[in-house]
Amino acid sequence: MDRRTTIQWVLAAGAASSLLGPRTSQAGPVTAWRGASGSQGYGTDPNLLKVYRPGDFWPLTLTAAQRRLAGVLADLIIPADDQSPSASAVGVVDFIDEWVSAPYPDNQRDRPIVLRGFAWLDAQAQRRFHKDFAALDAAGHKAICDEICDSARAAAGRRDAARFFALYRDLTAGGFYTTPVGRKDLKYIGNVPRANFDGPPAELLSKLNLP
Amino acid sequence: MPFVTPKSQQRAYDVIVVGSGAGGGQSAYTLCMDGARVLMLEAGRHYAPETETPMFQTPDMAPLAGVSTPQKPFGFYDATADGGWTVPGEPYVRATEEQAGRFEWWRARMLGGRTNHWGRISLRNGPYDFKPRSRDGLGFDWPIGYEDVAPYYDKVELLVGVYGSNEGLENTPNSSPGCLLPPPAPLVSDYLVRQRARHLGIPVIPGHRAVLTRAQDFKRVPALLHPGNTKAQKILAEAMRARSPCLWATPCGRGCAIRANYQSTTVHLPPALATGNLDIATDAMVYEVTLGRDGRASGVSFIDRKTGTHQQAAARVVILAASACETVRILLNSKSAQFPHGLANSSGKVGRYLMDTVGSTVTGQVPLLESLPPLNEDAADGHQLYVPWWLYREQLAGKLGFARGYHIEFGGGRRMPGFATMQGIEWLTGGSYGRKFKEDARRYYGSFVGFDGRGEMIPNESSYCEIDPSVKDEWGIPVLRFHWRWSEHERRQAAHMQRTFGDIIEAMGGRTHPAVERDGAKAIAPGGSIIHEVGGGIMGADARSSVTNAWSQTWDVPNLYLTDGAVFASNADKNPTLTIMALAWRASDHILERMRRKEL
Repeated sequence: MDRRTTIQWVLAAGAASSLLGPRTSQAGPVTAWRGASGSQGYGTDPNLLKVYRPGDFWPLTLTAAQRRLAGVLADLIIPADDQSPSASAVGVVDFIDEWVSAPYPDNQRDRPIVLRGFAWLDAQAQRRFHKDFAALDAAGHKAICDEICDSARAAAGRRDAARFFALYRDLTAGGFYTTPVGRKDLKYIGNVPRANFDGPPAELLSKLNLP
Repeated sequence: MPFVTPKSQQRAYDVIVVGSGAGGGQSAYTLCMDGARVLMLEAGRHYAPETETPMFQTPDMAPLAGVSTPQKPFGFYDATADGGWTVPGEPYVRATEEQAGRFEWWRARMLGGRTNHWGRISLRNGPYDFKPRSRDGLGFDWPIGYEDVAPYYDKVELLVGVYGSNEGLENTPNSSPGCLLPPPAPLVSDYLVRQRARHLGIPVIPGHRAVLTRAQDFKRVPALLHPGNTKAQKILAEAMRARSPCLWATPCGRGCAIRANYQSTTVHLPPALATGNLDIATDAMVYEVTLGRDGRASGVSFIDRKTGTHQQAAARVVILAASACETVRILLNSKSAQFPHGLANSSGKVGRYLMDTVGSTVTGQVPLLESLPPLNEDAADGHQLYVPWWLYREQLAGKLGFARGYHIEFGGGRRMPGFATMQGIEWLTGGSYGRKFKEDARRYYGSFVGFDGRGEMIPNESSYCEIDPSVKDEWGIPVLRFHWRWSEHERRQAAHMQRTFGDIIEAMGGRTHPAVERDGAKAIAPGGSIIHEVGGGIMGADARSSVTNAWSQTWDVPNLYLTDGAVFASNADKNPTLTIMALAWRASDHILERMRRKEL
């Protein structure tokens, strides 16, 4: 397996689009990325051993109201259940703030989608329930989210909102399942040194009629 | 100029080696162990995997959960420093905006080069791969055959440590007994792929990777590699004892602090330095090979990147191992009255016949792999099994519509969740959110299997690089301009990969999403993107049609050698690194022999 593949397999069903740099080809010089303004990212040779927190390399930019909405929506997607806490309880709001505040092309692409999505949710909530989205009860949240949670079934007028919801669910899942709590929720038990690797237990293979 | 070794050790050198990756590392190792005094010049910074590798760091400790960005294109924890698809201050040029003519150039600017993050897949070229033109009339034969390189494949495998097995399949050579380390156990998904692919007549065998599945035999191997050279044996035994076997965790692409996999910085350079014969200067960007009045290379000119000053170094022999395209760039920028079109370029072939590997990918979701019990499947980081090319006979009979083969790399399993692990699953979940989404994530995690084709590209006249007439890097050095074209052979091969992967996934009871791509032009990854670019200084049988002879020695300048991928006359589906090392060892033996005879 080569490097690309390692990443793609880890990505599994996800989009591996950013692995190959900019998607549009152009004639002429191919130069290194530079931020349009402000942050120049973490550079091409960051210290890989340090533990980083959102905000270390670029300032977080969501307002208090946006962060409140971000947390409510993240918890609608990943609520607490009997196996693990909710998305916001493990720092997903900070992660999403870090994501939409980052200077890189993928982040700059996602930022307006997220901010417009937030505004759309509040507008919908105001129009239908005369409240901000974050202040709605469970029935109100469900009424709005059910219309946009599946882009294949979303009505024509809900396409952009459905695109936003799919992105937001991906960001929430990306933030949640990369935490210790998220790894435990998926029952990932690796990343520990071992003396040997013996493969799967024979009982499991025989249950699956393998090899 | 920062020296890895004390600057006071500067002295008269026998050999200058430009580059410190697979080719440069192997060259320096072979030369130093036999007593040659070597100066290695690396354009990037010093790098120490033992202290810099993020072995057990998790995505939550990294910015943006460790995802790819333009500054760390294979993710935050990838070993690559100061490199990727672009390098600050060092542009290159694409000749066309057409997608079909697109070429991507991956570079690293660090000691050990790309060996620090590579996939460690170590496959031998077979007999057909050195004589492709004799077999099907296309491309070029090498001036050497498998039998010339086989002893060096044995040596490299013994030195760096490669796991695998001998299966005796067509054009998929066995190693000599005792060369290979045992392959790792397969994962559940590997067993399933093997079972179902076999139903389709597709062989699935253990992969070959440069990872120590057990400790190296430091009592036996040094004497095999350095017969009669007790100093070298002692040094190598020490170096082998300093390496630990795989601890079955953490991705190899981060590098390995315990030296369990091959990277030049942990395997080639430590013993070479221990001989006392090697000096290394980092941040030393070579831009020219200087020519003496006798028509021989006198040394190199380089820029000390820390100070911006131009410097010179001299030696009896110059080896370029800067990576195929960078080596081409140095040659073409080395102009003189004798070589107005670039050094060693009397044939006009420097920069010509650039090749990459044909790449295409399909991912499947497999219900049989859903909701498995917790398993630690970190294993040796993938490639426990693979599929060697299996349709030689059909292909030779003209039944496939494309002339060269591919192998299949595949993998699944309950790998460490990353940013995208549970993304994009709307097609499976119907857009679930809430508690149902969490249940869906538990169900689908680990149920995906990815298939990557890696196929042979035939060299063509439209794929080459040259010096751009106007663009220069930040040091004022003219840069490369790339031209690229796939032929129908490669496009059809990519379409065949897609069909085959779809068939295997279907045979596993799985589904593909998106559907397999039938149009080869869309299925094929851009040129250069598989990072197997070779050619540009191909070896051949005569000085008219090639740049080097069978010893990787340039026809025009007898004390100038190329020991990276530049000399490849074809680019078999087998990943090039093992062959680069074998040829570098062979060329270095040739240099040692000629130096002993005072011919160099």
